[in-house]
Amino acid sequence: MSGPEAVMEAQDLRRYYELSRGWLAPKATVKALDGVSFTLAPHRTLAVVGESGCGKSTLARQLTLIEPPSSGALRLNGRDYATASEAERRRARRQVQIIFQNPYGSLNPRKKIGAILAEPLAINTDLGSVEREARVREVMAKVGLRPEHYMRYPHMFSGGQRQRVAIARALMLKPRVVVADEPVSALDVSIQAQVLNLLMDLQDELGMAYVFISHDLAVVRHIADDVLVMYLGRPVEQGASAEVFARPLHPYTRALLAAAPSLDPDRRAGRSVLRGELPSPLNPPAGCAFHTRCPHADGECAARRPEPRSYGGREVACHHVERIG
Amino acid sequence: MAMLEIDRLTVEFGREEAPFRAVDGVSLSVDRGEVVGIVGESGSGKSVTSLALMGLIDYPGRVRAERLRFDGQDLLAASDRQRRRIVGKDIAMIFQDPMTSLNPCYTVGFQIMEALAVHAGGSRAERRTRTLELLEQVGIPDPASRIDAYPHQLSGGMSQRVMIAMAIACNPSLLIADEPTTALDVTIQAQIMDLLRELQTRNRMGLMLITHDLAVVAESCQRIVVMYAGQVVETGAVEAVFAAPRHPYTAALLASLPEHGSYKSRLASLPGVVPGQYDRPRGCLLNPRCPHATERCRAEAPQLRSDDRGGVRCHTPLAADGRPTP
Repeated sequence: MSGPEAVMEAQDLRRYYELSRGWLAPKATVKALDGVSFTLAPHRTLAVVGESGCGKSTLARQLTLIEPPSSGALRLNGRDYATASEAERRRARRQVQIIFQNPYGSLNPRKKIGAILAEPLAINTDLGSVEREARVREVMAKVGLRPEHYMRYPHMFSGGQRQRVAIARALMLKPRVVVADEPVSALDVSIQAQVLNLLMDLQDELGMAYVFISHDLAVVRHIADDVLVMYLGRPVEQGASAEVFARPLHPYTRALLAAAPSLDPDRRAGRSVLRGELPSPLNPPAGCAFHTRCPHADGECAARRPEPRSYGGREVACHHVERIG
Repeated sequence: MAMLEIDRLTVEFGREEAPFRAVDGVSLSVDRGEVVGIVGESGSGKSVTSLALMGLIDYPGRVRAERLRFDGQDLLAASDRQRRRIVGKDIAMIFQDPMTSLNPCYTVGFQIMEALAVHAGGSRAERRTRTLELLEQVGIPDPASRIDAYPHQLSGGMSQRVMIAMAIACNPSLLIADEPTTALDVTIQAQIMDLLRELQTRNRMGLMLITHDLAVVAESCQRIVVMYAGQVVETGAVEAVFAAPRHPYTAALLASLPEHGSYKSRLASLPGVVPGQYDRPRGCLLNPRCPHATERCRAEAPQLRSDDRGGVRCHTPLAADGRPTP
């Protein structure tokens, strides 16, 4: 699938963490990310969906080259950076930028907006200060910040405007891919709509690819082209967003969709609430990680781990997808 | 007469001569067995309203009301001692973040038994039996092993179940839930909402559900109260309000939900933000953001007008087709 049209391609990406359990005790391994693959083209949005502990944020750290993966390949414009040297990875980082969930925590309170936005340019380019300011003002206009905001501090802004600053900072280096880690979940409903509109406008204009990490299925349904559903570090279902939402195949995807509250009474009818809680990633269940909560699980699910396979035009990791799909 | 009656509740902070009104003349009522949703964005005063009701607004905050009655008792005139007998027993509250609402230094069993010791009494053994029963009721598997657990040993969903157990320990007739599921994952959120609904029906409690999530209100509540910048802007039956909102703010909130848009269409959004302490506009508080604002809206603050469908605070409430009526 890797062609010139793919701007980012992940292949069997894994990240394991070693965890000390105390003196003399053997180290435990947390498989925070266990075999994720996808291809992302410009102008497209891939949404990563799952509950806390499913590896969404670990994936974001791999994609933004903050951390090297334990194994697997991560290609940007066809070149693999998973095993590249630190210097090469640093140079490549300007192509992938990130927007964090909490705009209150991710902007330096002691710096003015102008300085915050110019910093990526000062570090990564050799533009002079006049050129930097021109570029900062250009991007500020693009995300809907007014020129007088240049000299203000983050605390003088509301949450929605701070998120605009964070988006502007991500755009400073003209990235090819923007990873947005829950970009609207800290915002109020009416502000959330403003920021989602801005993200969609910017994608139309600049043609970036988005990796959109979210737990809000209504938002994902609205803006994503492709969806990757994760459970305990592993992908369980992956495919075109419209199809996944119209006819979810994996029992976990179904449970997620059924659990999301809805305004539409028809969508609420006959929903079954998932029993139990997410197992500990330190001690995941044997076989299919979901079998402890799955209504369709049988002996095979407890014994053997299902690998993702093609079914109905997408990738599903379930032994019984033919029966229940 | 409703079980809980709040009439023109006002909460002010700051200096006497230039106070900040966090809650501005809010009136609402909750009946036994009724679920009322209070909806608004941050800064709309929904949490402060419930704190004022519980008597948790400390000096220098000032609480005033025409009437604040619960079950025939006047909460405004009650002494601290009398109020303490009601709050925590007949009126209980669940907060947004279960992880920070539980005391990390004590076991969850101790904390539930503490509520029982204050309000219900009984011997130690009786309290422990009752606590096990409560943990069972809120769906904690194997309560005998969890009763001596510390909060950090429980997940977010489990901690919220413990908070609920604590709140229903004395069979309250009114439960206030302030964003009970906001900090939880989607599947756990559904479990907790189901639990709250089940307990509410079984014990015939009144439930005041404070949330910013309109979908949660649509699923659980009978009546809705929409707040904006400290004021009630619209009230009514949930189906009626969602089908044909009469206040432009309610209409905008509903329209901005991604659920209503089609794929990648631009979402309807109100420009600007909720006014803060220093930028309260003259006239209607929504007028700088309202698409239908007129000269009258900019000059004169509208009153909450009630009819058989509910109340709306607007000079030109929207008709069923979404157009303003003069």
